[in-house]
Amino acid sequence: MTTAAEPGQEVGKGRLRKEDARLITGRTRWTDNISLPGMLHMAVLRSPMAHARITNIDPSEARQMPGVLAVVTGADLADKQGSLPCAWPIAEDMKSPDAPSMAVNQVNFAGEVVAAVVARSAAEAADALEGIDVDYDELPVVLDLEQAIADGADLVHPDLGTNKSATWIFDSAEAGTGGPVDEAIASAEVTVERTFRQQRLIPAFMEPRSVVVDPTGEQVTMWSATQIPHILRLMLAMTLGVPEHKVRVIAPDVGGGFGGKLQVTPEEVITFLLAQQLGRPVKYTETRSESLASAHHGRDQLQKLTIAARRDGTVTGLKVELLADMGAYLRLVTPGVPILGAFMYNAIYKIPAYHFACTNVFTTKTPTDAYRGAGRPEATFAIERMMDELANELGMDPLDVREMNWIKHEEFPYTTVSTLTYDSGNYEAATARAKELFDYDGLRREQAERRQRGDTVQLGIGISTFTEMCGLAPSRVLGSLSYGAGGWEYGAIRMLPTGKVEVITGSSAHGQGHETAWSQIVADKLGVPFEDIEVLHGDTQSSPRGMDTYGSRSLTVGAMAVLSAADKVIEKAKPIAAHMMECSPDDLEFANGTFTVRGTDTSTGIADVALAVFAAHDLPDGVEPSLDSDATFDPENFSFPHGTHLCAAEADTETGQVRLRAYVAVDDVGKVVNPLIVEGQVHGGLVQGIAQALFEEAVYDESGTLMTGTLADYLVPSAADMPSFTTDRTETPSTTNALGVKGVGEAGTIASTPAVVNAIVDAIRHMGVNDVEMPCTPMRVWQAIQGGAQSAAGPGAEPGGGMGSLDAEGGAR
Amino acid sequence: MIPAEFDYVAPTTVDDAVRALADAGDEAKILAGGQSLIPVLRMRLAAPTKLIDLGKVTELQGVREDGGALVIGAMTTHYDVVRDPLIAEHAKLIGMATSTVADPQVRHRGTFGGSLAHADPAGDLAAPALALDVEMVVHGMDGRRTIPASEFFVDYFTTALRPGELLTEVRVPKYTGWHAHYEKFNRVAQAWSIVGVAAAVQVEGHTITQARVGLTNMSSVPVRASGVERALVGQEATPEAIKAAAQHAVEGTMPVADGNADAAYREHLAKVLTSRAVTAACG
Ligand SMILES: Cc1cc2nc3c(=O)[nH]c(=O)nc-3n(C[C@H](O)[C@H](O)[C@H](O)COP(=O)(O)OP(=O)(O)OC[C@H]3O[C@@H](n4cnc5c(N)ncnc54)[C@H](O)[C@@H]3O)c2cc1C
Repeated sequence: MTTAAEPGQEVGKGRLRKEDARLITGRTRWTDNISLPGMLHMAVLRSPMAHARITNIDPSEARQMPGVLAVVTGADLADKQGSLPCAWPIAEDMKSPDAPSMAVNQVNFAGEVVAAVVARSAAEAADALEGIDVDYDELPVVLDLEQAIADGADLVHPDLGTNKSATWIFDSAEAGTGGPVDEAIASAEVTVERTFRQQRLIPAFMEPRSVVVDPTGEQVTMWSATQIPHILRLMLAMTLGVPEHKVRVIAPDVGGGFGGKLQVTPEEVITFLLAQQLGRPVKYTETRSESLASAHHGRDQLQKLTIAARRDGTVTGLKVELLADMGAYLRLVTPGVPILGAFMYNAIYKIPAYHFACTNVFTTKTPTDAYRGAGRPEATFAIERMMDELANELGMDPLDVREMNWIKHEEFPYTTVSTLTYDSGNYEAATARAKELFDYDGLRREQAERRQRGDTVQLGIGISTFTEMCGLAPSRVLGSLSYGAGGWEYGAIRMLPTGKVEVITGSSAHGQGHETAWSQIVADKLGVPFEDIEVLHGDTQSSPRGMDTYGSRSLTVGAMAVLSAADKVIEKAKPIAAHMMECSPDDLEFANGTFTVRGTDTSTGIADVALAVFAAHDLPDGVEPSLDSDATFDPENFSFPHGTHLCAAEADTETGQVRLRAYVAVDDVGKVVNPLIVEGQVHGGLVQGIAQALFEEAVYDESGTLMTGTLADYLVPSAADMPSFTTDRTETPSTTNALGVKGVGEAGTIASTPAVVNAIVDAIRHMGVNDVEMPCTPMRVWQAIQGGAQSAAGPGAEPGGGMGSLDAEGGAR
Repeated sequence: MIPAEFDYVAPTTVDDAVRALADAGDEAKILAGGQSLIPVLRMRLAAPTKLIDLGKVTELQGVREDGGALVIGAMTTHYDVVRDPLIAEHAKLIGMATSTVADPQVRHRGTFGGSLAHADPAGDLAAPALALDVEMVVHGMDGRRTIPASEFFVDYFTTALRPGELLTEVRVPKYTGWHAHYEKFNRVAQAWSIVGVAAAVQVEGHTITQARVGLTNMSSVPVRASGVERALVGQEATPEAIKAAAQHAVEGTMPVADGNADAAYREHLAKVLTSRAVTAACG
């Protein structure tokens, strides 16, 4: 007889992650580790030109090369490849060009696929690329957002007649949620206007994308390093016209995504088509350089903001005008990314009049799409920078201005000017804790002293009191935003005869730790030991339904589905347990994995019920022999994590170098399932957000070539470049889900960027600086201090300078 | 990323390596730690038909004393240079500069000789080598010859090594009792120098009696800051005097512009960092 273990409370325990040993050692099923009998290898040829007509492709030499089985060009695939999907048409009149996986007549960004080789080995495939001869007829490049929408601009897609894809507007006066913003600005006692540039970033996940397609079974099986196996299956079916039930997609262990693997990629489609054509398994794994150049990028917006306020600091209006760079095509959710930000510019503040307008613009650059935070970091950066600028304009402490305008904890639930209802929050508590940990007053004193004595190293304090909307998403809200799908999630529980439990989740972990967290949740719910639970995910065969993982949705939506499936298991077990103990189901209590007859010590463990169900020898009449249950959860609302981040930055005024001296993050992510996982998400998120502030930028030269094409030029920081973080939490449970959880996947990234830039500007503001463009390189900071270039952008936008003096484009400079 | 096909040999002696190089002709490349060469091959910026791996030539590894000089084998890894007691005692500047190179993984594979032969103007070891007037010992089919550091670095990625020649050793005069500092300026920890300054000084009482200063990445080759050296000698080691001398740092430089720095900013950095390097060296 198995008895349910004494369940300690699992939820809340800082357990080491089950999945870590295999993920950290790499001894696991990464897609590129998969090797099938008879498997062939694909390599793709990419356009070195940003914008050109393909006048001729001659693959004849490649076809003769050793080991080569096929060489295909766009012309060969034109009839089969369809158009890569865009699931988020933000406006009815949105302009969306045809998006071939392999360019047919024209290339629109450098890195676009123009041909593919399939060979017996990966080396032979790579060699054969040199045997393909492509002639290009160059077209003018379109690189600058403002120039792209000016009259007479060169066009990326001439047939569209414009580089504008769509304009999306929210206006509080029209929506009835607030006043007209132009009146607020006209009648304001103070206005501040700023333009910020959200530089282009590259998700830079650790595992490059990889795909294996096996066409030899009845179903075609695709393994892919993707965040979205379920969406991918549906989209393959819709794009290629293959019946959905004939496709199985597996996301095995996936080494990070950050939104960068929330995509249906050209390479997935091409591999699928070539495997089908050749009738043999085909693998494609991108190189890091290919990943940097052609996997989708993130951010890239020009943000113009005007904030209106009274002299006492009360904000009276906010106007936001954006230009968002789509790149050359609209990928899966490209157009919607900046729109997600629309709801977040008002942030934690009570703003009585709000206007948001975003114009999506085509350029001859790599398409953009979701990147950690997707729209919300951009919004948070802009509003948090503006709050500092407003405070400076008013001569107030920036924390005081924020406090004056934020929603008080007793005002929740609170419906914002941008129509969201924040269910809970306590900005006062998080801020108080952060100030205490940071020694806010002490650092302000030191800052004054350093200014006083004209120290070479100046100190600045940066603040970010952020919130975000996550837990994507209530399906009806997605519907109202014209998104192409719902936002629910699926979960299921399988009770095995030995009392072990399989948990199936439609979320698709790619480093987050679902296996551990879901096990903790189910262990508590069913009263089975943590070790007895296996979490299955990322395979359309074992987890048949799902909306996958992005937007900090897995816990708030995915785990909720698992939890309701577990509830159903208990309900199903109850009549059987009653039958076993010869009592009425109404007399049973369930706790710690055991059904007890109320008021007696007669009991049966859930494992015993599972075994009895397996045997099915003696079940109550009409009861099916299964405890297995599933559930689909559609959230009623988003969740709204928030927090206060404080950053102390030292700026070396002689060199412009910035060193982060202290960083305090107090986050409120509601109930915490596993504090260690939360801590990991916060740390990683902080580094990624700080990287935007200080280090990372995808830089293009004037010909549209990506100059930061290796990790020696695209500066992803490491632990050595970071301060030691001080983290803490306040805990204000979400009131919209039974777990009280909010989501933590993006919080650190969203919060940290403005905290750092605010700190830098604060350090050198007395030297006449009120902005430094990101990334705040030493040269930009130094030039800002020199009062040189107006925006302190200037030559820092030039490429190069990474691989020592080695130019990845060809030898020494 | 897969390099083009090549042949591979791993000789165990210098003589065999020289012969292998001669046999293979122009199409061969020496493989030392591979930290610069392998990326070049993988990106297919070069496609040598033969690699001659020096990894098994044990006589090229390690540091020894030879009278008034230290001899650093070309295949001594950065990691070994950093923790070598002879270098710490007699050529501290080289140890300090090497400790700023890249990250631990790269320092365990990359070599002293490979770095110098690669002659990347952003590399950190050429400027100290130049400042300390080291001598490069090279072997070819015609035997052994030496090249002073001042003649070794010719241009971007170009040295005075002739085809068929191998850098085998670096002879460093002893700078016992000198103070030194390498001031490196970069944006992330593992990156090359945007500008670097190598400084070694002799100080008697408070007076600087000798000074050697080399600059990294201020030209296509490392630059000896002779003007700074002259201005320092005989001066009291005060911040003002050092700062004044450091203004000469831009003499003879031809800095390039790239994503990290334009020429004017590099010139500014050279002065600031020279001042800092010398100040730190003086203690
Ligand atoms: C991520 C990363 C960061 C780095 N950061 C820095 C840094 O901050 N500072 C810095 O200085 N360097 C840096 N490097 C470069 C590193 O120091 C390399 O080790 C060095 O430049 C080359 O040494 P190697 O032994 O690896 O030579 P290899 O890569 O094997 O060879 C380099 C070149 O020299 C030639 N060569 C090698 N040995 C000989 C010889 N004995 N005789 C003749 N020719 C020879 C080769 O043929 C080749 O052309 C970095 C490298 C990486 C990968």
